[in-house]
Formats: sequence, structure tokens, C-alpha cells
Amino acid sequence: MRENKVQIERKDFSSGISAAYFFLAPALISIFIFFFIPVIAAFIISFTDFDIYSLGNYNNLRFVGLKNYSDLLNNELFWISLKNTFYFVIVASPLSISVSLGAALILNSKLVKLKGIFRLAYFIPVVTTLVAVAIVWRFIYHPRFGILNYLLSFAGINPIDWLGDPFWAMPSIILMSIWKNFGYNMIIFIAGLQNIPEHLYEAAVLEGASGWQQFKKITLPMLAPTTVFISIITMIGNFQLFAEPYVMTQGGPLNKTLSVVQYMYQEGFRWWNMGYSASIAFVLFIIIFIGTMLQLRIQKQTA
Amino acid sequence: MILAMKLVWFEIKFSYLKEKLFLLISTLILILSLSCNESGKETVIDFWGLGSEGEFVKQLIPRFEAQNPSIKVKVQMAPWTAAQEKLISAFASDNLPDVFQLGNTWVPQFAQLEAITELSSQLPESKIIKKENYFEGIWDTNVLDSLVYGIPWYIDTRVMFYRKDVFEKAGFSSPPKTWDELYQLSKKIKASHKGEEKYAIFIATNEWANFIIFGLQNGAEILKDNNTYGNFNGEKFTEAFSYLTKYYRENLTPLGVSQVTNVYQAFAEEYFSIYISGPWNISEFKKWMTGDLQDKWMTAALPGPNENIKGISLAGGSSLVISQRSKYKNEAWKLIEYLSKPETQIDFYHLVNDLPAVKEAWKDTSLSNNPYMKAFYEQFNYVVATPKIPEWEQIVFSKLQQYVELAARNVLSVKEALQKLDDDVNVILEKRRWMLSRNK
Repeated sequence: MRENKVQIERKDFSSGISAAYFFLAPALISIFIFFFIPVIAAFIISFTDFDIYSLGNYNNLRFVGLKNYSDLLNNELFWISLKNTFYFVIVASPLSISVSLGAALILNSKLVKLKGIFRLAYFIPVVTTLVAVAIVWRFIYHPRFGILNYLLSFAGINPIDWLGDPFWAMPSIILMSIWKNFGYNMIIFIAGLQNIPEHLYEAAVLEGASGWQQFKKITLPMLAPTTVFISIITMIGNFQLFAEPYVMTQGGPLNKTLSVVQYMYQEGFRWWNMGYSASIAFVLFIIIFIGTMLQLRIQKQTA
Repeated sequence: MILAMKLVWFEIKFSYLKEKLFLLISTLILILSLSCNESGKETVIDFWGLGSEGEFVKQLIPRFEAQNPSIKVKVQMAPWTAAQEKLISAFASDNLPDVFQLGNTWVPQFAQLEAITELSSQLPESKIIKKENYFEGIWDTNVLDSLVYGIPWYIDTRVMFYRKDVFEKAGFSSPPKTWDELYQLSKKIKASHKGEEKYAIFIATNEWANFIIFGLQNGAEILKDNNTYGNFNGEKFTEAFSYLTKYYRENLTPLGVSQVTNVYQAFAEEYFSIYISGPWNISEFKKWMTGDLQDKWMTAALPGPNENIKGISLAGGSSLVISQRSKYKNEAWKLIEYLSKPETQIDFYHLVNDLPAVKEAWKDTSLSNNPYMKAFYEQFNYVVATPKIPEWEQIVFSKLQQYVELAARNVLSVKEALQKLDDDVNVILEKRRWMLSRNK
């Protein structure tokens, strides 16, 4: 009797699975056609010298094995772009996350009035077109007429060519990108903060905990899942740095703001070296993959 | 379970219905399009123009359609930004129009792609389009291995825009004729701005044209061995390159590009007094040089390396080409002929200010009486094409400009920069060497 029942359950279960596949099929097929096939095609292309000559005539296509990858590793410009991208990821990600968290804490505080307006104001840069933002920031950074240099002149600081100076170009891009993007993470942090039960703070206050202790012992641990999510998303997004330098500096001066994705775009869509460009994409994929794994591992250990 | 079955059944029934509907609609469309073709008996040709050219050429089409009642022209405008990428993508997906506009430096690339057709079956019989009607250097940009692939539509080249008042203050009543005069003048202008952050000339590190122009003026062979190896390191180019880097090292030109966000404003403020640029800037300069400044600027043909050599410039502009896969090549050719008539060319000049390619059109008073045009007409007789290989744009935009900046900022010496440039260029040209060796 008992065995019989189990069997029935199993039968139901398996027929449920086939129905599930049936309903999933449209999604799975479109993912396969529009995602997996292009990725596989790109992977194959990365072992060829597919370029403008091959586009006209496939006889001009050569299978080059790992040459694209070895060329890439020997290319000075690739290492420069990689260095710039890591600079951006390592500096901009933590800064951007702390700014978002700070803004979220302030906006979530009971002391602040007009929360809606502030929340809107902080979120507006996120939804503004980057090109428009870039034009405004180019004026802010302008060495001769820019407001930033004007304000600094009161402190007796000589004008700095923010976007034209090899040392300052990347910090300028980072500043702009943080200003543009922190609002998005801030909204997620606010949602996370609102999920922390109020009674924890009440208990802490009763125990005589200071504001800092409350933040360290309650807010941060309770926000941990949100923080993991945000830091991974931010890191992946920052590794794909492209639009900011593309519109602000085009990678200059002296290639100090050239990012990996921009390098890939140039090689692929400007000069049509598709094979080489595809190999850059896969190297970037591996780097992001390793980065994500490391981050997950670290956060699991500390938790 | 039953519910699921029902849903599935409904899905199947629905998709069956959809299929029927689709079949019905597509048959209807097919019939409709067939009947259209039969009743009209006219051919529709697609024409893509870029930017404002594509926008304004529409106004010239009705006259063509009136003259050729059997041809209808569908004009589409594609923006100049990323135009080349778009055209190549259109080629890859087999969507190129019958006729289109092509920057004349792109002609080699599209010919290599076998995207555009060579015109030897149309050209010899044409009464309107003849080689001798055009400036030699401009015509040459469309010729590859003595085959003609495009017809010049409008043309441009780079000349010197300068501040007359500043030149006079520096003791120059006429613009410099030689490299040395240009250098001496620049030093005088810089000296007259003592203490101010102002410069003599603007040689932007992200404008490769300046460097190629001065190299070609000096007689440099930029690529050697049938354009398969870089020759920037050669004596002639090195000379020209060192001459231009001198302007950065001696502070005669601003180093960063970001300092000059608005060239016209900077020119009006005397931030610099000389700028090498093309006809597309004339109307902008007119807009900014108003009031007292109105007659304080002029254009001049470029100086040469010495008194005996005329300063050459680049043959720029756009050509009209026919897609190789076009079914209506003769109709397309008629459109090109129409757009190449002197009177159409003058009308086009009035519409967009693009300089006519046909020499005959330059006799029109709107051009011959325009003082700023004199320098351009003079310069067009001394223009040359850049090396005609598909890799050219990559070489100059990505590599030359990169090393120009490194040399200008003194990170690399001239010799190191040009050696590294050649190394990079030789890597880019590897495929070309392989293809040529295979064809032997």
C-alpha cells in the first residue's frame, strides 16, 4: 500500500517535469538561438582572423588557433586597458558602494524631511542620458571655464586640466561615474534598510548601544545579503566600463582611460578585426567570472 | 493535469490559426506587390546619403524624376556618426541600396569587400561624366588598379584659416609660403602674447591629417612595398614629423585637446591664430567672427617645405557609388549623371555648402566671387590621395594619433615613436601581405 503511494507520487512528479519543459520551451529555444548560438559563434571566431577581408570573401578567413590570445597577451595596449579597468574597478566600486550606502542611511533616517524629493534628486542622474551628462561634466571639468577649477581657485589651487592630464583623467571619470550611478544602488540599499526589523534597534537602544554600535552590529550584518548582491553587480558593471570614457575622453589622454571593453569595441566595430575582438571578450569574461567567484568566496567566509 | 492539457490544446489550436493567418497575409502581400510592379512599370532605386547631404539631396530628386518618368528614387538619410559601420553592416546583411554616398577614403575598403561595382561599362560612353571635368587628385581617390569605382560628388581639402590682424601685427602682410616662414611667424605670434596663455597655431593631436599632409608635402612614401610595410620611420616622414613636434615642444600649439572645446570661439579669442581645416568650417567661422572681427580672417593655400615645392593637401570629399548587387545599375548610373551635371552641382552647393566636384561649376559667381573660396580652388589643384588600402583608417586613427600624442608629450622621442608606429603598422598589414602573396 505504502509503496504504491510512493509510485503514484513519482509518476505525478515526472509528468509535471515534462509539462514544465513544454511550457519552458519557448523561452529555452529563444535563449538558445539568441544567446548560446552567438556566444558559441563568437568563441569559434576568436580562433580565426575574421576581419574586413573575410567579410567580403570567406576564402580570406584563416584558422589561427590561439594566435589571437597570444597576440593579446603580448599587446601593450591590452595590458594598458586592463590596468585602467582594474584601476576603475578597485577605486570606483568601493567608493560608489559607500556613497550609495551613506545616501541610503541618510534618506532612511527619521530626521530627514522631504525624503521623496531627495530620493528623486539622487536618482535623476541614473535615468539621464549619459551623453547629456557628459556634456555638462565636460563643462564642469573645463580647464579654463570650468566651475570646478573656479571653485578650487578660492583655495589657491592652480587650474587643472582634468580630462586632459594623464594623471587626473581617470579620477575625473571615476567621480563622474559615481555621481551618475550611486542612485541606483542607493534605492536597493533603502529597500534593504527598510527590511530590517525596528525591534532590533529598540532592543539596542534599551541596552544603551551608541549609534555607531547600532550601525556596526545591526545595520551592517542585516544588510549583508544586499551588500553582496550590490558589490557583485557593481563590480561586473564596472568591469564593463565603456560609455563614460567613450563620450568623455575617447580613451585618452595617452590611453589612460582606455578600458578593455572600449578596446574591444574599437578592434571589432571600428577596425573590423572580429576574431581578435572576440578573444578580448572571452578574456574579459574569464576575468569577471574569477572576480565574482572570489567575491562570493570571501563574503561566505566572513559571514 | 486536465487544465494543462486544455491549455496545450488551446495553444496548438491557436498556433494553427496563427499559421493560417500568416499564410493568408503573406499571400496577400505577394499578390499586392506583384500587381504594383506590373501596373507602374517603373523602377524604384534606393539612394542613401549621409548627414545633411542625405537630407538636402531630396530636394533635387523631383527634377530627376520629371526627366526620367520611369525611375523613382527613394532617398534615405543615414547619420555621419558611425556611417561606415552602418554601411558595412548593411553590406554584411545584403541590405545595401543601389546608389550611395561614400567618403572617398572609404572607397578602397568597399571595393575590397566587393560591395561596390567598378564603372568601366558605364563610364566610357557617358557624355556628362568625364575624367577631365574633375580635379586630378580628387578623381584619383576613386581609382584602384586603374579601375574607377566612384564618381566625385562634392569635394573638400584642408587649407590654412588664419587671423589677418594677428599676422599683420607680427609683420606678415601675406600668409607664409614655406615651412620655415610658418615657424618664424608662429614664434613671433607666441612672443607677442607674452605672459598670456595663448598660442600661435592649433595642431590637434587627434587630427592625423596634419601629420600626413606635412609628410606627403615632404615627399614621404608613407607605406612601402606595395603598401605592405609601414615607412613612417623613413627619412622624409621623420623630417616632417620632427618639424611638427617642434610646435609642441616650443609651446606654439596647445598640447591637450580638451583645452579647446570650441575651436571657433578659441579662434575668435586669438587663443590661436592659425588652424588647418576644411570647407565645412567656413560657415561656422563666419558665425563666430562677427562685428569687428568680421574681416579679420582669411583662408590660404598651405605652405610648402620650401619655395620650390607647392604645399599639397589631402583629396577629401564624398563619392557616389553603385552597389555590386544592385539590379538597376543603369538607372543608378543615370542618377549619378544627373547629380554630376554642373547646374545640379551648383544647386547642391547652395543647399548644403558642399563644394562642387565638377570644375565647370566653380565658374558660378557664388563661388568665384567668394574670397574664402580662392584658397580652396588653388589648393584643389594640389591635392593627393592617401594610400588606398582598407587598413588606412585603422593605421592613422588608432596608431598614428596614438604615437603623435606620445611624441608631442615627450613620452617618446620622435625616433622611438616612429619606430614603434612602424612595428604596429606592420602587424596590421600582415593580412594584406598574406593575401598578396597568395594571389601571386
